[in-house]
Amino acid sequence: MLETMFSRPQSLFDQIDAVQRLLSRSIGAEGAPGGIRSVAYGTFPEITVGRTPSSVEIFAFAPGIDASSLDVTIERNVLKISGTRPSAVPTRDAKVQLYASERPEGRFSRAVSLPDDVDPLKVEARYRDGILRVSIALSVAAQPQRIAVK
Amino acid sequence: MADRNDITTPKAAESTQRPVSPAVDIFEDAGGITLLADMPGVSKDRLDVRLDGDNLSIEGSVEMDLPPGMRALWAEVNVPRFRRTFTLSRELDAARIEANLKDGVLTLRVPKQAHAQPRRIQVTAA
Repeated sequence: MLETMFSRPQSLFDQIDAVQRLLSRSIGAEGAPGGIRSVAYGTFPEITVGRTPSSVEIFAFAPGIDASSLDVTIERNVLKISGTRPSAVPTRDAKVQLYASERPEGRFSRAVSLPDDVDPLKVEARYRDGILRVSIALSVAAQPQRIAVK
Repeated sequence: MADRNDITTPKAAESTQRPVSPAVDIFEDAGGITLLADMPGVSKDRLDVRLDGDNLSIEGSVEMDLPPGMRALWAEVNVPRFRRTFTLSRELDAARIEANLKDGVLTLRVPKQAHAQPRRIQVTAA
C-alpha cells in the first residue's frame, strides 16, 4: 500500500491527541452550571448561552449545514434546534480509503431551557460561518428601565 | 517511513489559550487525499492554511459577534482558535492543494503527483 497517510489510524499519537481533545473541551466548560437538559460533551452541535440586558443569546456551533435545513422551534420555553448533517465521506466506494472520520454526521437535535422572562414572539435566527445564533428578546417587563425622578 | 511522526505537532502557542484541534474527516481515492475540518466561526480572512516543507497546518481564529454586555449562562465551547498540523508524504503534490471554506467547514484537496497515480500497464504480447 502507498504510504499516503496524514495520520496513522489507531497509532498511540492519535490516541494522545484524542485525549487532549477531550480535555480541552471539558476545561472550557469548567465551573459552568449544569442544566437539566445538558448532555455529554461531544454532542453536536455544541451550544453556548448568554444573556444581555435585553435578550438571551444562543450560539450553536453547527458547521457544514444548509441554513434552510435547520429547524429552530420554541415551545413552552424550550428552544429546540434540529437538522441533518450529510456525510462527506463516500463510504460506498470501495476504492476510497478512510483514515479519519471524526466529524459528526446524520440527524441531530438539541434543546435548551429558556428563562421564564423571554418573549418567544421576538426571535431572530442567523447562520454564519457555521454558527447559528438565536436571539430572543426579553419581555419588556424584564428589561431594565430607567425611572424618571420628578 | 517508521522514523517519521505522522502526527499533529502543535507549535509554540501564540496566545495563552491552547488552540483546539478541529474534528476532521480524511479519505483517499485514486487521485489524492481529501480532508474536511470543522472550524465553526472561522471566516475566510481568519483562516490560515500553511505549507512548510512537508508540514501542512490549518489554523483559524473564531469570530463570534458577541453582543456588548453579554454574560455567559452556559458554555460548552470556549474556542478562540483552531489548529492542527499534518505531515504530507512525498507522492502528494503540495503545490496543487486546493482549499475551500464554506459554512465553517474547510475542505482541502491534495492531489497525488502524476507519477504516483495508479495506471494500468499495457502488456504487449511478444
